[in-house]
Amino acid sequence: MIELAQVHRVFQVGDQEVHALDGVDLTIAAGEYVSLMGPSGSGKSTLLNIIGLLDRPTAGTYRLNGRDTTTLSDDEQARARSENIGFVFQFFHLVPRLTAAENVELPLVLAGRAPVDRRPMVETAIDQMGLNERAHHRPDQLSGGERQRVAIARATVMRPGVLLADEPTGNLDTTTGKEVVQIIEALHTAGMAVIVVTHDPQIGGRAERSLTMMDGRLVEDVRRRA
Amino acid sequence: MRVRDVVRLSWGTLIRTRLRTVMLLLATAIGVAAVVMLTSLGEAARRYVTAEFSSLGTNLIIVLPGRSETSGSGLTLLAGQTPRDLTVRDAIALERISAIDKVAPVVLGAASVQWGGLEREVPVFGSTASFLEIRNWSMERGQFLPPGDPERPSSVAVLGMKLKAELFGDTPAIGEWIRIGDRRFRVIGLLATEGRTIGIDVQDVAIIPVASAQQLFNTESLFRIITSTHSREDMERARDEIRRVITERHQGEEDITAVTQDAVLATFDRIFGALTLALAGIAAISLAVAGILIMNVMLVAVSQRTAEIGLLKALGAARRQIMTLFLAEAIMLSFIGAMAGLLVGQGGSWMIGRLYPVLPLGPPAWAPIAAVAIAVTSGVVFGILPARRAAALDPVEALAGR
Repeated sequence: MIELAQVHRVFQVGDQEVHALDGVDLTIAAGEYVSLMGPSGSGKSTLLNIIGLLDRPTAGTYRLNGRDTTTLSDDEQARARSENIGFVFQFFHLVPRLTAAENVELPLVLAGRAPVDRRPMVETAIDQMGLNERAHHRPDQLSGGERQRVAIARATVMRPGVLLADEPTGNLDTTTGKEVVQIIEALHTAGMAVIVVTHDPQIGGRAERSLTMMDGRLVEDVRRRA
Repeated sequence: MRVRDVVRLSWGTLIRTRLRTVMLLLATAIGVAAVVMLTSLGEAARRYVTAEFSSLGTNLIIVLPGRSETSGSGLTLLAGQTPRDLTVRDAIALERISAIDKVAPVVLGAASVQWGGLEREVPVFGSTASFLEIRNWSMERGQFLPPGDPERPSSVAVLGMKLKAELFGDTPAIGEWIRIGDRRFRVIGLLATEGRTIGIDVQDVAIIPVASAQQLFNTESLFRIITSTHSREDMERARDEIRRVITERHQGEEDITAVTQDAVLATFDRIFGALTLALAGIAAISLAVAGILIMNVMLVAVSQRTAEIGLLKALGAARRQIMTLFLAEAIMLSFIGAMAGLLVGQGGSWMIGRLYPVLPLGPPAWAPIAAVAIAVTSGVVFGILPARRAAALDPVEALAGR
């Protein structure tokens, strides 16, 4: 489903070139549960952004569902993102002016879905996260765990094939962090491919497949049987 | 994205940043209201003057002493020539022109009018019987100046109603002898109250025969001669004839100016049209300022909402959609502001109309449309830069809050 071949990403910092990604080859199948670990600056976030189509490789090819993404226009890229990828961030990134339900509805609105179609999809997503009671609260009225659950509902409301989570528990206490991990794992069980970037080896170790990065290269790729 | 959703999202942002929104609406509203009110005033002045001129009577040609030079030399000035006076004989000569219907020589001066110990200083017109019809006035009571030889003085006077009231109160005035300057006149009529002439209130004048006025003010020359033609088509011909006749009488010197009412009207129309446009232009500057304000605030909004823009991109928003959202916000701000401004402007015009009922207020038809168009256009134009900036943000950096 995700195929990267010799992907390079070079940033220009001052007059220095920084190789954030230095020839990454990676294939991830549909429904896989992958953790991505490594020290700060090892390029894991850059890799996640490229997989999520928020960033483009400087060189190399990235095929998503068999389609080369490097030649897509901005509109096509946005649509590919909308249909295939759900993002969950460390800092939740909820729109403070919108209620939980409205935040969850955003991807559907951006995709131009009709209001009648949107309502049941939002309800299902909110229900799955156990947020029924909080649907009409603003983010500042929600706890950290609730906010992350709203963010996960929003990331999955379009039923994407891949969920990309960048330090999803990094801003939560251990208990709520564990809850969030369980929710993400439930999504994987339901068939969604999950890629989690994390510092926490405990969380990283729960995945079926663990990738470790160092200096822009994949240095370790471990598979275990769940 | 659906139009309804764009409007809903932008609207949501606007009402949740209430203070900012109200300030921007105010800026646009003031601009639009200024355009509407200032053009209302300009237009009112134009209509007022036009109405005043129409009330002078129709198909008028006014003959003034002295030549207003439109071309050629200032030689006459250099030579120190002064124009010949217009005289009552000139007026009589004009009566013989076939295109001309009526001729009224006019002498104008100010004199004190006395009766029974009361005295008032008023404008005194010296003219003939034709004056009443040419000027489109009518009588309240009694008669106007009797027809007859304009060169013969006669001791009769016609008074305006205000002058009558102030001198006589409720006492009947007709038949009474009054004193104008150092001469005695018998009141034979009172002017009806309606009708104005530029700068002079019909209610506050005295009118006496032209020859008497010449004696009173000790002058041979006329203030002007007012003529009327039989029809509008005769105007050109009549004016040429007037010039020819007077030139002949003044030893070949064309030392008069014959002004048709149309020409005067057209001139005033142009002047006030230009004035209205100038006012509209000044007011439009405030609209541009409002537009720049909107741009400024939208730019701030872009930097405040950087993370949100990054998020929208991560959620599948294309550049175009981000632009649409920010532009929609700017356009809605300017449009709602423009509508509010229209209401305020119309309300303001109505208030001024209440305070000064003489002014026929009301903006010209183009002004509100132009004001709203300029406001919304400035919203679009000044909204584009912030919207483009928002759309161009790199989602990765935007999300990182950099």
